Amino acid sequence: MKHLLSAGDLSLDEANSILDLADQMQQVQHREVKKLPVLRGRTIVNVFFEDSTRTRTSFEIAGKWLSADTINVSAKGSSVSKGESLRDTMLTLDSMGVDAFVIRHSSSGAAHQVANWVKASVVNAGDGQHEHPTQALLDAMAIRQHFRKLGRDSWAGLRVGIVGDLLHSRVVRSNVLLLRTLGCEVVLVAPPTLLPTGVETWGVEVTSDLDQVIENLDIAMMLRVQRERMSGGFFPTEREYADGFGLTLERLHRLKPQAAICHPGPMNRGMEISSDAADAANSLVLNQVAAGVAVRMSVLYHVLGGSTEGIPL
Amino acid sequence: MKETVSARVIADSAEISRMVVRMAHQILEANAGAEDLVLLGIPTRGVPLAQRLASELGRIEGSPVRQGSLDVTMYRDDLRRNPTRPAGRSQVPGSVEAAVVVLVDDVLFSGRTVVAALDALRDLGRPRSVQLAVLVDRGHRELPIAADYTGKVVQTAADEHVWVKVKEIDTEDEVAISREAQR
Repeated sequence: MKHLLSAGDLSLDEANSILDLADQMQQVQHREVKKLPVLRGRTIVNVFFEDSTRTRTSFEIAGKWLSADTINVSAKGSSVSKGESLRDTMLTLDSMGVDAFVIRHSSSGAAHQVANWVKASVVNAGDGQHEHPTQALLDAMAIRQHFRKLGRDSWAGLRVGIVGDLLHSRVVRSNVLLLRTLGCEVVLVAPPTLLPTGVETWGVEVTSDLDQVIENLDIAMMLRVQRERMSGGFFPTEREYADGFGLTLERLHRLKPQAAICHPGPMNRGMEISSDAADAANSLVLNQVAAGVAVRMSVLYHVLGGSTEGIPL
Repeated sequence: MKETVSARVIADSAEISRMVVRMAHQILEANAGAEDLVLLGIPTRGVPLAQRLASELGRIEGSPVRQGSLDVTMYRDDLRRNPTRPAGRSQVPGSVEAAVVVLVDDVLFSGRTVVAALDALRDLGRPRSVQLAVLVDRGHRELPIAADYTGKVVQTAADEHVWVKVKEIDTEDEVAISREAQR
């Protein structure tokens, strides 16, 4: 595996291999010496053209725990602010002998584009409203651990509802791609104004009635309402949104007792998710964060750990 | 799995059992008992061998001996030469601090796996001592490593393959040598 650009590029075997190794990597998190010598001498540059705390930090920690040298470049304070193009910036960094780029950019397709330009491996850490494959992987890791604890080892038959602002979300596309590769049923729930264009071609069920599907969900994945992008009057009021699409206390009671609740954070409590749901026993919100570092360690290992000849798994 | 005509069986199930029993006695003799012992098998086939040694030690001593597994994939010095490989599971029972750790593997060849295991162990703590038990020592060391307990020393050519099969994984117990890769 040379790059990780889209969750859709992963075969079932590759996805399982990343998740299995991530489970192993999580052990390191609880050790006194949180270091593996795997990527010693490798250089990973986190290039973040957009603000991010949890993704950037967890990639940096992941790289460091694998003994790689990790460096952060943010758009602010770099030559990007002097007007250098993305291509020139990436080619400049590439010629310094970087082994992998972790890239976050506000334009969809940026990571793909960069992968065509540079010699190094590229990991997509979010490109615009397009994809965020490692978030999908860490969601899958937290979900898999939840159901394994309940003695359920297979993805088959699990029904995942992805609810909320699907239009502005880069998580939803990656999650749909990955969850379908793993063998889940996916249903998308959003107000018609917050559905991405072309969603009907994704081959998943789409509805605007959460109450109609909530009782059959095994996983309720609530997405953040991106207030900062809500200038277009996508829904009347926040109150009305919560009534129609929030995981309220009442809906929480209607979920299956063992259903998992996911949210990629940061949460708007009281809006897409009530505090009762966010703090419920089967809420995986914090497990998702904990899975973040382990999944990114596994991804970096899969991208950089083996031979550079790009031999498949 | 390819059947090879040149495969030569050098130990059968009964002989492997005898080797395990003998090594168990040697471990007890060298350490004056099983106190503080932790047996760590190196995946894949070192793990069931460590289990067998531990249960043999437990039988002789009358009290259970700690055993687990130590995956060394992430510590190998040849990672970069090979395709990405899946890691096995490390399961270390309790702390290795001040313990007498016996690493258990099926075949001792170049010694690189053992060095990787020592590196992995160092990140888990500081054992009082570390010893090495292998079912088969086939020679051709590339590093200054020697086993403390050996089931059988086998003369081999460098291009031969030594296969240890254990019934927990391969449905039968057997040690064989062949010219070609199989399994």
